[in-house]
Amino acid sequence: MPLNKITSICGKAVPVVGADMDTDRIIPARFLKCVTFDELAGTMFYDERFHADGSSKGHAIDAPQHAGASIIFGGENFGCGSSREHAPQAIKRSGIRAIVAESFAEIFFGNSSGIGMPCVCAAHDALQQAIRIAEEAPETRWTLDLTSMTLSCPQTTIAISMPAEPREALMQGRWDAVVELMNAPEAVKALAAALPCPSSSL
Amino acid sequence: MGKTLYKKVWDAHTVGILPDGRTQLFIATHFVHEVTSPQAFAMLRELNLPVLHPERTFATVDHIIPTDNQCEPLADKRAQTMLNALRDNTAAAGIRFFDLPTGYQGIVHSIGPELGITQPGMTIVCGDSHTATHGAVGAIAMGIGTTQVRDVLATQTLAMLPLKVRNVRVEGTLRPGVTAKDVALYIIGKLGADGGLGYAYEFGGSAIEDMEMDGRFTLCNMAIEGAARCGYVNPDAKTFAYLKGRPYAPKGAAWDAAVARWKSFASDADAEYDDVVVFDAADIEPTVTWGISPDMSIGINGCIPAPQDAPDAETRKARTTALEYMQLQAGDKLKGMPINVVFIGSCTNGRISDFRAVAPYLKGRKVAAGVQALAVPGSQMTALQCEAEGIADIFRAAGFEWRLAGCSMCLAMNPDKLQGDQICASTSNRNFKGRQGSPTGRTLLMSPLMAAAAAVTGTVADPREVFGIPTESLSTVNC
Repeated sequence: MPLNKITSICGKAVPVVGADMDTDRIIPARFLKCVTFDELAGTMFYDERFHADGSSKGHAIDAPQHAGASIIFGGENFGCGSSREHAPQAIKRSGIRAIVAESFAEIFFGNSSGIGMPCVCAAHDALQQAIRIAEEAPETRWTLDLTSMTLSCPQTTIAISMPAEPREALMQGRWDAVVELMNAPEAVKALAAALPCPSSSL
Repeated sequence: MGKTLYKKVWDAHTVGILPDGRTQLFIATHFVHEVTSPQAFAMLRELNLPVLHPERTFATVDHIIPTDNQCEPLADKRAQTMLNALRDNTAAAGIRFFDLPTGYQGIVHSIGPELGITQPGMTIVCGDSHTATHGAVGAIAMGIGTTQVRDVLATQTLAMLPLKVRNVRVEGTLRPGVTAKDVALYIIGKLGADGGLGYAYEFGGSAIEDMEMDGRFTLCNMAIEGAARCGYVNPDAKTFAYLKGRPYAPKGAAWDAAVARWKSFASDADAEYDDVVVFDAADIEPTVTWGISPDMSIGINGCIPAPQDAPDAETRKARTTALEYMQLQAGDKLKGMPINVVFIGSCTNGRISDFRAVAPYLKGRKVAAGVQALAVPGSQMTALQCEAEGIADIFRAAGFEWRLAGCSMCLAMNPDKLQGDQICASTSNRNFKGRQGSPTGRTLLMSPLMAAAAAVTGTVADPREVFGIPTESLSTVNC
């Protein structure tokens, strides 16, 4: 199963500002009633973007100048809450390729890495500057580069960070872990035999 | 230096180190439910891979199941499709499914412990963030995504990075009327909704040692609301007494061996922690949230904080957003504010102890006029126990709707939903915007005791006052 090596992402950015952007806001639970991820495109941040009658709230995502954005700029603790992989799936299937935020909730980070969508952190002030640029000049093209760990555009270059291991997995095209996890069947077998398994006559 | 439980369990389950540096971690026990597993089973089929250890995976249906009418076909066709998919997937793989007619169906985080599947010293995962709950027995328990559910089904392992460990100690004795839920909300309020990023929380201290198992489940359940992917309590005599005799608990000689093994996983007295925080149990009041993040909470007699008093610009902005959404004014008290709906249940507070704690106070009282009150046992086992003890009848007599087991109004995936901007006094775990099914619905998180006080008064109330729970000195605050 050859995977693409993810080293850089280029494109426009859209700000989704605010701390603790939870997974219920990223994808409301009613959209989770499905047995595939196929229909999730367009559901991201739905209730943040639309009123109950379907009219637009004027969210940046729906502004024409941000159309086709590849990168989200977020705040602290992005993706907190539920473990629903529907959240990063909805984002990725809506055309986003990477997220830059101050920090990420663990499960969301892992889910995103596992589907090849890098989540990288930037310092508060630098990120605020990037958000300002994206708001004032939405057509700005950004390059998120995992090799140099920078986010750059003609106006600025800021440092980004990510733990070494998931970064390596993305850059080497090993972000879908299942292949690696099948490489040590004997060691797994030994642990399975040694570690208790709950059993019952129920 | 000694080791923490986290480190011991991690080491015992380590298969090896992957080329990218992550640990390949063996998963002792895996739970699946209908929301986050169908895509994982589909991915397995695409890869033509079997479920490697079906005996280590257990299934239940909880999120989408109605709590008023569980007769099939379910009114919601999508819900029925999800239930059917789980039936087909588990049957094909040979996975034990605690389906509706078994007597063991319920919220995954209720039935795991109740059946004794959840045991100390294990790595436990589920495609559900509240898997942290299971850590209360002394396990590494964490929520995972669907692609990781596939990884576990296919390989019984995960690619993981170890977390740091923060020892969160609560010392002293909790005041009367203060419960595990209040402790959880208090800790999250102090450390922040993002305070636990990168950490596992080891809960300890005399107040936690004194806490019964159901309280520890509540506390660990909420660890994720403080951003800690897992929370745990070291196994002790209370843990072993809780597990003894449960269907999946070891029996006979195997029991003694298991207890000896479980004890060995407890953190050493000289264990090294990455961080330690200590709270005084006496400082904790019955606590309620006022905002849209679980760390936005106040003591029942406290005042809603003002944005301008926030320590930084981000918090100021967050408070402003929350006040606007909640339609509240800074400086006001929540106490006395009318509520529309009461929900007692969820994987946080739908256990037998939660209903036992409230029932005596509901006896002879009535739900206030105009208030809809739901009591939803976390599992069929809990429901049966509540019937046997007369608890269900007390709730019914008080005017509660006594429902069938499920996640119910904790999240918007079944018919139990708020309407419009209703305010709900809820024992669940998340007060996020729209969480309870209406994009404008408002959630106040609290303990079952405070929710019961809200039910009978129709307002946010101090359960100590409403139920005459003696307390040495009720603090009063002028807003």
